[in-house]
Amino acid sequence: MTIDIPLTPIDTQHASAVAPPATPWKRRTRLQRVYQALAPLLRRPGFSLALLIVLFALFAALAPQLLTSFDPYATSPADKLSAPSVVHWFGTDELGRDLYTRVVYGARLSVLAALLAVTIALVGGLGLGALAGFAGGRVDAALMRLIDVLLALPGLLLALAIVTAIGFGTVPVAVAVGVGIIPGFARTTRAEVLRIKTLPYVEAARLGGASWVRTLLRHVLPNAWGPVAVLATLDFGAAILATAGLSFLGFGAAPPAAEWGTLIANGRHFLITAPWVSLLPGLFVVAVVFSLNHLARSAEEHAR
Amino acid sequence: MSQPQLIQVRDLSISYTFAGQRTQAVRQLSFSLAQGETLAIVGESGSGKSTLANALLGLLPANANIEQGELRVDGIDVAQASERVRRTLRGRTIALVPQDPMVSLNPTLRIGRQIAEALLLAHDGRHYPGLDAQVLALLEQVGIDEPPLRARQYPHELSGGMRQRVLIAIALAGDPRLIIADEPTSALDVTVQRRILDHLQQLVAERGISLLIITHDLGMACDRADRLLVMKQGELVEHASPRQILWGAQQPYTRDLLNAAPAFVPRKRPPGVPAQTPLLRLSNVGKRFALPGQHAHFTALQGLNLELHAGQTLAIVGESGSGKSTALRIALGLEKPSQGRVEFAGVDVSACSWRQFRPLRRRIQLVQQNPFAALDPRFTVFDSIVEPLVSFGLLKGAALERKARELIARVQLPVHFLDRLPRELSGGQRQRVAIARALALEPEVLLLDEPVSALDVSVQAQILALLADLQRELGIAYVLVSHDLAVVASMADHVLVLRRGETVEQGPAVQVFGSPASAYTRALIEAIPGHSRSVLPVAV
Amino acid sequence: MKRYLTGRIGQALLVLWGAYTVTYFILYMLPGDTLAIMLSASGMEADGLSPEDLAKARTYYGLDKGLFEQYFDLLWRALHGDLGQSLSLGRPVTALLAERLPQTLALAGTAIVLSLLAGVGLAYLTAYLQWRPLKTALARLPSLGFSVPVFWMGLLLIQVFAFALGWLPATGSQGLASLVLPAITLAIPSAAVYAQVLQRGFQGVWQEPYITTAFAKGLSRAQVQARHGLRNAALPLLTLVGLQVGNTVSGAVLVETIFSRNGVGRLAQEAVLRQDIPVVLAIVAVSAAAFVVVNLIVDLLYPYLDPRITHTAKVS
Repeated sequence: MTIDIPLTPIDTQHASAVAPPATPWKRRTRLQRVYQALAPLLRRPGFSLALLIVLFALFAALAPQLLTSFDPYATSPADKLSAPSVVHWFGTDELGRDLYTRVVYGARLSVLAALLAVTIALVGGLGLGALAGFAGGRVDAALMRLIDVLLALPGLLLALAIVTAIGFGTVPVAVAVGVGIIPGFARTTRAEVLRIKTLPYVEAARLGGASWVRTLLRHVLPNAWGPVAVLATLDFGAAILATAGLSFLGFGAAPPAAEWGTLIANGRHFLITAPWVSLLPGLFVVAVVFSLNHLARSAEEHAR
Repeated sequence: MSQPQLIQVRDLSISYTFAGQRTQAVRQLSFSLAQGETLAIVGESGSGKSTLANALLGLLPANANIEQGELRVDGIDVAQASERVRRTLRGRTIALVPQDPMVSLNPTLRIGRQIAEALLLAHDGRHYPGLDAQVLALLEQVGIDEPPLRARQYPHELSGGMRQRVLIAIALAGDPRLIIADEPTSALDVTVQRRILDHLQQLVAERGISLLIITHDLGMACDRADRLLVMKQGELVEHASPRQILWGAQQPYTRDLLNAAPAFVPRKRPPGVPAQTPLLRLSNVGKRFALPGQHAHFTALQGLNLELHAGQTLAIVGESGSGKSTALRIALGLEKPSQGRVEFAGVDVSACSWRQFRPLRRRIQLVQQNPFAALDPRFTVFDSIVEPLVSFGLLKGAALERKARELIARVQLPVHFLDRLPRELSGGQRQRVAIARALALEPEVLLLDEPVSALDVSVQAQILALLADLQRELGIAYVLVSHDLAVVASMADHVLVLRRGETVEQGPAVQVFGSPASAYTRALIEAIPGHSRSVLPVAV
Repeated sequence: MKRYLTGRIGQALLVLWGAYTVTYFILYMLPGDTLAIMLSASGMEADGLSPEDLAKARTYYGLDKGLFEQYFDLLWRALHGDLGQSLSLGRPVTALLAERLPQTLALAGTAIVLSLLAGVGLAYLTAYLQWRPLKTALARLPSLGFSVPVFWMGLLLIQVFAFALGWLPATGSQGLASLVLPAITLAIPSAAVYAQVLQRGFQGVWQEPYITTAFAKGLSRAQVQARHGLRNAALPLLTLVGLQVGNTVSGAVLVETIFSRNGVGRLAQEAVLRQDIPVVLAIVAVSAAAFVVVNLIVDLLYPYLDPRITHTAKVS
């Protein structure tokens, strides 16, 4: 029971007789096409809100000083542990530092760390997955065993091992998280490549004389990009959570640096008296990651 | 009308709402069906026939809206009824034989259990002692061998034909008064279909059940129904008996449908071209596939001989599993033959590597079966058509654009289509684009793998006409692979009939179709819907 | 079937060995000066030692042998159950693990059960409901579950249930009451994954033609979902449970830290803080082993769930 696109009766004779060479048809540029595809999404309130939050976080990562007037490192013992108010939107921590400012400045470290992690994972995972899917056979089997090995090492523990070896700090944490995410990308890319490889239009391209390289670059990868892009967005959120987790455990940047995980860890000691010190930064993290997830899911649903 | 009709539809209108837009699926439809009658509803895609079937079963999706009208089944208005009432009708009054038997059975449950479920529902869900015996009896009635064994098997262990029979058993289990058969001829081989449909009609006649056949195949409908309803875009266009439709009073649309169905008239061609070197020759080609994990081999092809000359059409006919696709792939160099030789324009290419074969690609091209997957969804029509030229680096810039315009005009599509994406095109339009792409390199041989089987009947006729025109203008040779004899008959000069990898019959079309030598060919010809009743003109 | 079995076991062993090797190389090869790290882990400073002492220390830690010799030595001992000595605590690692493992197993086991119940239940409910608003809201819930950092959730739960309401203890490793909050915290991310995958599965299954066949027989919505929907939608869940073992172990590290439980997770955190290499290596190896074993069991169970694998089609 299928509903096909309704047949448009083509008045073929008429068309070919009338087609004047002067009719300038302009090919729509790729940009126009992208815009036309995105426009309906932007009209949805949820999507726009999520996009705003993510952009805010990115902006905070790049230019935090524009979003707040306080100094993240300036202590003010008189104001310590004050509740959220008009002056201090998130309240203050035990050293009197404005918490909102600390969160905004923390975005730089946390978001950039997550970006680094996802980039590492993308490059490694895409490469491995595309190679495995495209080459097939023994190469595929060997690469998949390698991925299995990486999968067998739980993400956090692998990160712990890497951090033990190369030391603490934002960059080691990012590298550790990135390596842990590689298997997901590799598997998704491989699955997509395998699926597309067998599609008729790939075969048609090959029969039309296209080389393997051309087929891979112009047909396989662009069509495989969809699920990978969705995964990248989702994993960006996961990377934020993972780097926050590692810095929570104390392996991130040393104080007084304001990574999100460190902020939350810091507030542990004051849970009873000043819960906002831990909970509000955490809430911010939840908002950012949830927005990222929402963006990814909406884009995926829209494309389907 | 003194006796109450089983189905009474009056002024029924149904619409769908999707993404804020309303589409009218059925417009003010009225008809009735008496007990014991066989009614066929014929229409192409978008005609509303599936919507009607769903409405009868009470299985319309959430975004469907019955705007007005009555839909009475056994006196109960299904359009107004609650879900509970509708549920009592399903299975017990109306039963469904679904379209595609390969996916209509739950893959994780055994066959016997799925049939038993239907039987239980007819007995109010309570288990009763004769249940198992009745399951076996049903399996036997629908013609399945070894019922006790089959009842314990899973769907994927059965062939398509057997699965269809199981679905018929499920439909009969509830002892319904009406069976809706949804597109019963689309998913299976022609000979298998015929047997199953005959059997179904026999069972239905024995029990006095009404049969409602939903189909796009006018020929089959004329064969089997007492009355026909022809629908177009939701409206009832024609309501008559098969005789009336075929011999006289017809609406223009019905006439179009009749004419579009490729008449089984083999083409008369001028006497053959003098023997030159055949463009393509396969000599004693065989292909064996090693089955994974087993020592046995699967023989896809054996002892295949064929020759193709310039400007002619060779048709390869066979059902699924006959090896016809394998033959095409070997001719294209996508597979190497296990034995035998492949020659292209006199050059032996059987053992060529991909790189060696590449220059030949400019002379032999393929049009694939599924137009919906044959175009890269990210390429515009322009990109798709000119890609072969770009791959070989033959043309650039303005010359490329000119060539693209020329190609798209040749397949009779307007120039501004060059800018479109595949998802903005219909099936027929996509197939034209695929043909244009295949013509880009100006090949001498065009291989066509089931080029029209995925398209509506009226579109099929257009594409076949286009192919015939192109052959006349450009002098290309075609190898046409199809399971549909009617399609083949209108285009072929020579015919080769394959069955399970072996050549059953081979020769000029007129001879093979006019006086078929083998019983299998005869069976294929007889299975053509409309042929048996001799109501369609069969001229030789 | 036997070939499949030996093949899978062989594969599992290969992966386990690979995991151990990769971890070994990370811990022993990546650092600039392994000796310095180990010394500081034991509480000594490399600078404060004379060259002879350094040489002795090197021999003591087994670092004077060649890289491969060292590796095989460690591997050999590990296979015999000797996982080395903790540098910071001075006790055999095996003993440490034996002490702490039951805690973690109890936590992880409870969490897995809870997450399955919650995840499957949520997905089932979402698929069954037909009222759009509630259905959409429930469909978004797993996404929220992914977005919440495990450690933050733990703190939130402590704040609400332990401090504000006083129902459950905030810390501790003894007794059932102290297991509740940690288990719930650990279960949430996994539950979100199960719910998400199963929701997707149901969505896919509802579109399948055999569902129409089931309805056409006269079954009710509930019956169709239970008998035809669940079995087909839940097929990927088993594999997922295997994969989630890794996430559960990772989560355990964080959860045990927050709730101050005496499990392997917290041991790992302390070991990393002190750069106690043998302990870290041992814990990672054991986790990898757990992952491999669970997935092996899953792979062996799978044919029993999906008849398409065991009953090979006989073409007739």
